[in-house]
Amino acid sequence: MSGESVGFWILSLISVFSAIMMIVTKNPVRSALNLVITFLCVAVFYILMSAQFLAAVQVIVYAGAIMVLFLFVIMLLNLGSPEALIEKGTIQKPIAVGLGIFFVVLLIWSQALITLPQAESRAEVTQFQGTVEAIGLSLFNPKLPWLFPFEITSILLLVAVIGAIVMAKRKV
Amino acid sequence: MLEKFNHLFIFPEYFHGVHLPSLVPYIAVVGCVGFILTILPMLIWIERVVLALMQDRSGPNRVGPRGLLQSTADVVKLFFKEDARPKNIDVSLYHIAPSIAVITSISAAATLPLQNIHFEHANGVPFTVPLTAGNVNIGLLYILAMSSLQVYGVVMAGWSSNNKYSLLGGLRASAQLISYELAMGLALLCVIVMAGSLQLNKIVDSQNILPFAGAPEILRGSVLCWFWIRSLIVPVVVYTIAMIAETNRAPFDLPEAESELVAGFHTEYTSLKFAMFFTAEYVAMLIVSGLNAAMFWGGPLPPLNVVPFTLIPGFVWMIIKIMGGVFFYTWLRGTLPRLRYDALMNLGWKRLLPIGLVWLFIIAGMNLGTDLLIERYPAVKNLVPQEARFTEPEAPSSASPGQADAAADEPEPVQYNALSNPGQPAIPISRTLPARRVR
Repeated sequence: MSGESVGFWILSLISVFSAIMMIVTKNPVRSALNLVITFLCVAVFYILMSAQFLAAVQVIVYAGAIMVLFLFVIMLLNLGSPEALIEKGTIQKPIAVGLGIFFVVLLIWSQALITLPQAESRAEVTQFQGTVEAIGLSLFNPKLPWLFPFEITSILLLVAVIGAIVMAKRKV
Repeated sequence: MLEKFNHLFIFPEYFHGVHLPSLVPYIAVVGCVGFILTILPMLIWIERVVLALMQDRSGPNRVGPRGLLQSTADVVKLFFKEDARPKNIDVSLYHIAPSIAVITSISAAATLPLQNIHFEHANGVPFTVPLTAGNVNIGLLYILAMSSLQVYGVVMAGWSSNNKYSLLGGLRASAQLISYELAMGLALLCVIVMAGSLQLNKIVDSQNILPFAGAPEILRGSVLCWFWIRSLIVPVVVYTIAMIAETNRAPFDLPEAESELVAGFHTEYTSLKFAMFFTAEYVAMLIVSGLNAAMFWGGPLPPLNVVPFTLIPGFVWMIIKIMGGVFFYTWLRGTLPRLRYDALMNLGWKRLLPIGLVWLFIIAGMNLGTDLLIERYPAVKNLVPQEARFTEPEAPSSASPGQADAAADEPEPVQYNALSNPGQPAIPISRTLPARRVR
């Protein structure tokens, strides 16, 4: 068992545990922090797969920016005691359980869990494919199909920013 | 004679069968952590003495010579204080928060470039290994990621203390961190565009050049080649303002404004937990000053390429530059009043961010325009900094895993070696176009 797989199993235990805790915990701040742990574990998975740039971006964007905003909103809303948040007598819980079981059955039935694709290359070979230079060159290469979606996405973000400003500044 | 002195610093690759270059990262780890933890009491002393000098009072003068042992006494006092704990706190978060603050701030030091150590192969070929704990391809992003994780220590402390002042301090701190991170990132992007790499050692290397063709060798890697002037001064100003706001120091110390919030997010912390927040704040100061030094002020490069400066090893220059940053912090604290909160946000979002965006455009346009001009009039090449750009990605190696590992460990030989052949322009003047423009 290589060091890589040892790291993988330890981290996957931590990440799955904190993901479950994120759902189970009643305190909203704690469940947000559990989600942060999951994100950090995913970042380390990226490093194990030699995708350094992706790992750094994962930490900066998800753990560093988005989850901080989540925490912000949770704290500012001041949700009061966690017990008040528990919904009683709704139909949501049985539907969620039913859909979950249906999803697992679907996965087993379609054999997606059994016929996982095998990795074609090793980490030693792909260690240069995750660098910033490699990602940038393939992202902006006009011969590869990723330049157009990338630019379109940036326009989408710009539209979202303008929309947010318009919504916020309507009553000035 | 000086030649011989210089050769003392070139180490053999194998010393009694020990591969010395592979020991370098461990030396860097021990050096970084040791330096940070030993300089901390000194840092507090420096701050208090400089502040006292600026405010025309005597400052610490009871314990030790010139109050030098005052910080030691304070640390001992903090160790033996009672660990008071308020009621109705979120116990586990309350205890984890100080350690998260310290861990994230110290671990950001891992990719700071301290020095290049010179080695010699058995066949006499010199090569250098950077004295860095983790010389990774994404060094700068790593530091930014760690500094963005620092919010969690503050937010968790503020939330778990069950105190309205703590909560307000935590919220203010995180809002400030998020908004100034953008301006900071844009200022750093200007440098990245010019250097063409995120690896801090390569950014330092790309400042070790001649300012223009035919310049005297004394100017190689000198003050004129550092990015503070090559990026036309504005990014370093933006970064310096943003770094002070990032570390929540005066005049941006709104999260711990004594007159409004008692002590901000660490109001409810006592004894060693309070000391850990204190440590985290000062370490963060060191780290952002170090990043400033590496990105804009040449890192371990001496200010002039002549003998008395070049004999001082690089990490000493790095420490001198970091201490310059710390002095600047103290200077601002002694002179400027605290900003109002809306003024702080206005400065971040309405001044620094647009300036940073516009300057990024200007720098990128300047780079592109120089390339086009050189394509048209090759004589222009002599006027611009004679740099070697790092645009080519390293080719994926198809060697067997063992060999690939060995290749990854082995540092690439650099052409110019400041110690072994002073006075020779060894970097060939080849200004290649960026790869994206090659069709």
